[in-house]
Amino acid sequence: MIGQYKHNCEKLESDCHRLCCTKIENFNVVIGKTKILQDVNIHIHCGELTALIGTNGAGKSTLLKAILGEVKHSGDLKYFDAKGVRTGHPSIGYVPQYLNFDLSTPTSVLDVFMACVTSIPSWLMSPRSIRSRVSQNLEKVKAAHLIDRRLGALSGGELQRILLALALDPIPDLLLLDEPVSGVDQNGLELFYDIVSELRRNYDLSIILVSHDLGLVEKYADRVILLNGRVVCNGTPEEVFNDDRTRKAFGMLLSGQKAKETNGSAVERLEI
Amino acid sequence: MILDFWYGIVSTLLPFQWVEHTFMKNALLAVLLATPLFGILSTMVVSSRMAFFSDSLGHGAFTGIAIGTLVGGLSPLSGTILFSVAFAILITIIKNKSKTSPDTIIGVFASTAVALGLVLMSFGGGFNKFSAFLIGDLLSIAPEEIVMLLSVFVGVLLLWLCIFNKLLIISINPSLAASRGINTLLIEILFSSALAVVVAMTIHWVGLLIINSLLVLPAAAARNITINVRQYHLASVCFAVFSGVAGLIFSYYLNTATGPTIVLISSMLFFTTFAIRNRFIS
Repeated sequence: MIGQYKHNCEKLESDCHRLCCTKIENFNVVIGKTKILQDVNIHIHCGELTALIGTNGAGKSTLLKAILGEVKHSGDLKYFDAKGVRTGHPSIGYVPQYLNFDLSTPTSVLDVFMACVTSIPSWLMSPRSIRSRVSQNLEKVKAAHLIDRRLGALSGGELQRILLALALDPIPDLLLLDEPVSGVDQNGLELFYDIVSELRRNYDLSIILVSHDLGLVEKYADRVILLNGRVVCNGTPEEVFNDDRTRKAFGMLLSGQKAKETNGSAVERLEI
Repeated sequence: MILDFWYGIVSTLLPFQWVEHTFMKNALLAVLLATPLFGILSTMVVSSRMAFFSDSLGHGAFTGIAIGTLVGGLSPLSGTILFSVAFAILITIIKNKSKTSPDTIIGVFASTAVALGLVLMSFGGGFNKFSAFLIGDLLSIAPEEIVMLLSVFVGVLLLWLCIFNKLLIISINPSLAASRGINTLLIEILFSSALAVVVAMTIHWVGLLIINSLLVLPAAAARNITINVRQYHLASVCFAVFSGVAGLIFSYYLNTATGPTIVLISSMLFFTTFAIRNRFIS
């Protein structure tokens, strides 16, 4: 994966000298009297996929919500572009969990896109120009044929690809994937991550992925962060998976050398 | 002046017995203005699972009537509207800031409001003059109320043009809305205020007991047979207007209360669409 990334760097040489990055500095989240997150510092380079792992209650989703601004937090979120010309708050694309969706609503894929990317009310009209723009965006995730489908009639994998396309219009500085494919079948899952990898290369995207699927994390992530109220461990997948603290957090799942077996075998694909 | 124009149109186009009386012409115009609003707003009441919230708005408006009538300096109607909007905004903010389940919060506020309303109305033993508000009287509409309803109609339509897209995303997934830079609290406040105004305007025509069904049934029926937002709106508005007009006519000939007749027709539409939903939704 890293080799692939370097190869990619050579190909896009001009792009890669721009060391654009996103910095999460001193994030603290306190809800009531409980400290959910403490002194979280994360530095993400463009083109990198950073996976957040951790047990339930480790604060992964809270961190994403803090980045989105949904949860009150202290600390700064900063984006720096290559030449240091544009700094400030990054634009964020977000792919929510499949499970948190209201699918019974009479809303088509086109409606959701229109609601997100235009101010033309979707109940009034849908101009051709918008339709073709949406269709192009859906093409990126191999879902152009789903444009008029009702949300509830999509499979889990299809819905996630559509949400991905949505998060990429406009191309964000930072893409957040919150357990994007939990409950999605194997084919849908691989297709989703292949598309994510491809888009990351094409658009030099910074991605934060929250996942319980350690096999997938190992296969696709450039960096892994083990979170437990604060950053416990931060490094390449190999470093983090071989760290004692990770083994402790995930108990049996990573015992032995399973973590070193790559290819994201089915054995490792365990939901915690 | 607007009304004279309307009376002219009705006399020319609808030479029927039921619209001969001026009060029926007024009621028809009010139905034609109010029901599309119910149809439009109900789409998001149902999609955002706010049926219980909209029910509590009726209770808020009920108390608003009591306060509006008892407090001097305001006309009863503007008192009702002011109180209802304040009530709606308060619930929305507390719902957003608190971790308590929305059901509980709404339950607490609705019962407090209705109890306060009943206490104020029964003060000095004069509850009887308020009991009409429980059932409502659509035939009691005054011309100046229709003019006011017309401005509410225009206002809600303009608001709907501006906030619908954002409301739709919030109803689908609030985090997705936050990632698109939408101020969810503000949008929810605007929506609930619009609901509160419409409920406060119409509660004394429709009555506390059934006003909520007008905010739930049209969209609930429309959802059975539609697959996108435009169909959803169209069906919801058509169902609302149809039940409104049909209910008015039936109640005239059967000599029944108008509001409940409208609601019964809406429910029939719901059950009919429910029975045939599989033909429309795959």
